[in-house]
Amino acid sequence: MRLYAVVAAGGFRRYATYRVATAAGVFTNTVFGFIMAYTYIALWDERPQLGGYDLSQALTYVWLGQALLMTCAMMGGGFEDELIERIRTGDVAIDLYRPADLQLWWLSGDLGRAAFHLLGRGIVPLVLGALVFDLALPRSPLTWIAFMVSVALGVVVSFAVRFLVALSAFWLLDGAGVMQICGLAGMFFSGMLLPLNLFPGTLGEVARALPWSSLLQIPADVFLGKHTGWGLIGAYAFQGGWALALLAAGRALQTVATRRVVVQGG
Amino acid sequence: MAEGVSALSNGLRAYGLIAAMWMRSTMTYRASFVMTAFGNFAATAFDFVAILLMFSHVDALGGYSLPEIAFLYGAAGTSFGLADLVMGSMDRLGRRVRDGTLDTLLVRPVPVLAQVAADRFALRRLGRITQGLLVLGYGLLVLDIDWTPLRVLMLPLMVLSGAVIFSAVFVVGAAFQFVAQDASEVQNSFTYGGNTLLQYPPTIFAKDLVRGVTYVVPLAFVNWLPALYVLGRPYPLDLPQWPAFLSPVVAAVCCGLAGLAWRVGLRSYRSTGS
Repeated sequence: MRLYAVVAAGGFRRYATYRVATAAGVFTNTVFGFIMAYTYIALWDERPQLGGYDLSQALTYVWLGQALLMTCAMMGGGFEDELIERIRTGDVAIDLYRPADLQLWWLSGDLGRAAFHLLGRGIVPLVLGALVFDLALPRSPLTWIAFMVSVALGVVVSFAVRFLVALSAFWLLDGAGVMQICGLAGMFFSGMLLPLNLFPGTLGEVARALPWSSLLQIPADVFLGKHTGWGLIGAYAFQGGWALALLAAGRALQTVATRRVVVQGG
Repeated sequence: MAEGVSALSNGLRAYGLIAAMWMRSTMTYRASFVMTAFGNFAATAFDFVAILLMFSHVDALGGYSLPEIAFLYGAAGTSFGLADLVMGSMDRLGRRVRDGTLDTLLVRPVPVLAQVAADRFALRRLGRITQGLLVLGYGLLVLDIDWTPLRVLMLPLMVLSGAVIFSAVFVVGAAFQFVAQDASEVQNSFTYGGNTLLQYPPTIFAKDLVRGVTYVVPLAFVNWLPALYVLGRPYPLDLPQWPAFLSPVVAAVCCGLAGLAWRVGLRSYRSTGS
């Protein structure tokens, strides 16, 4: 357990090193937040209460999206590039020799990364957004805590998906294609481009049932107080269920994949 | 003057050679090229899908109909796609400054700008241009525009000037990275962010924001001003119609400023020595 805490701290520190990049990222998130906020204002101006949100809830949704974009790695980005590279070059053999579990090792590092991105790239855009627009921030500290739990579950779901994608490199060797598809799906089905409540008919139902809705739609709805009491338990169960299922799939795939590793002497 | 022209043709030739080299190397893996080009196409297509989903709930956004927004979207997307194809590699400059590989480029007898711009020339970016052109085509097909010779002329003028303005922004962004090594995301806010901004009509944005992208970072000349002329719509800041024709001039001025910024940046470069 201590080992994984150290790995997580390492993941945090690693991203904390790039201060200028973080500042540049905050700038980008803020610019996109502004552009999206204005498009949402135009949209809600035509149709108030669209998707069950009022305008200030919709604007809050925009800024939460910017705050969680990197935290939940919706477009990908994070450990998977590195793991794919290690699988391609064969360095993964060294990882397998370590007295640590491959999946837990990378999960710990990714949790550290997510924690840094939440602090480094999440808080400032949200605060800036709240200064300019009228956001629906929760009054009760309990809602904030409930939100944080939901974000944490979202990060685990995101990790579990990306771990599966990375492991596909054992068979494909080049993970670029799968990573791109995964990034696109993450961007679209997390609700980053538009809340999933606004997706019509079957598309909406499918989108809300897919794991990616755990990355933004559900945490945002928890933040906006749409899930309370048993509803909140249900939301957690949805996220936790996907997390466990995907982690288990990753574990199974890992067992099959490691049997394929042939260490060449040299 | 003659010296400048020969330097320019020299740079363009070098750019062409390096780009051709990367194209040959890409074409070695044809299946991979087709897939990444399609991915590039799909990635940008999702933006438009989001707009279509918005229009499943409303008939107009900021007073503009779906075909009008498709026209704005397609024009901005095509301009940006062209600039991204030609100059999109500029954001790798920060990495080169950090790891010291820029030094290799400095000792070659070829303009550095041409080398950086053509570095890893990615033909797959045609996917983005294709997507932009398709949406632009849809807009033109559906819209009932009162075509005059000037409006027809405005179309290529708009797309090409827009591409040049975006390219200038790419170069300024790269010049900024000589100073702020790992700040390539700032450049993204002006390029990708600018592209996203221009996909929507200016009526939905705050007046100050519209003023900013008209007079400070002149992105409005990429498509808003010329496109609103074609659509026969007034410009939100009560500008008259004639500035719509200024796009090529603005593009030329942007290029001059970008060239200057690039020079200052390159002069200030100090190798990391690693």
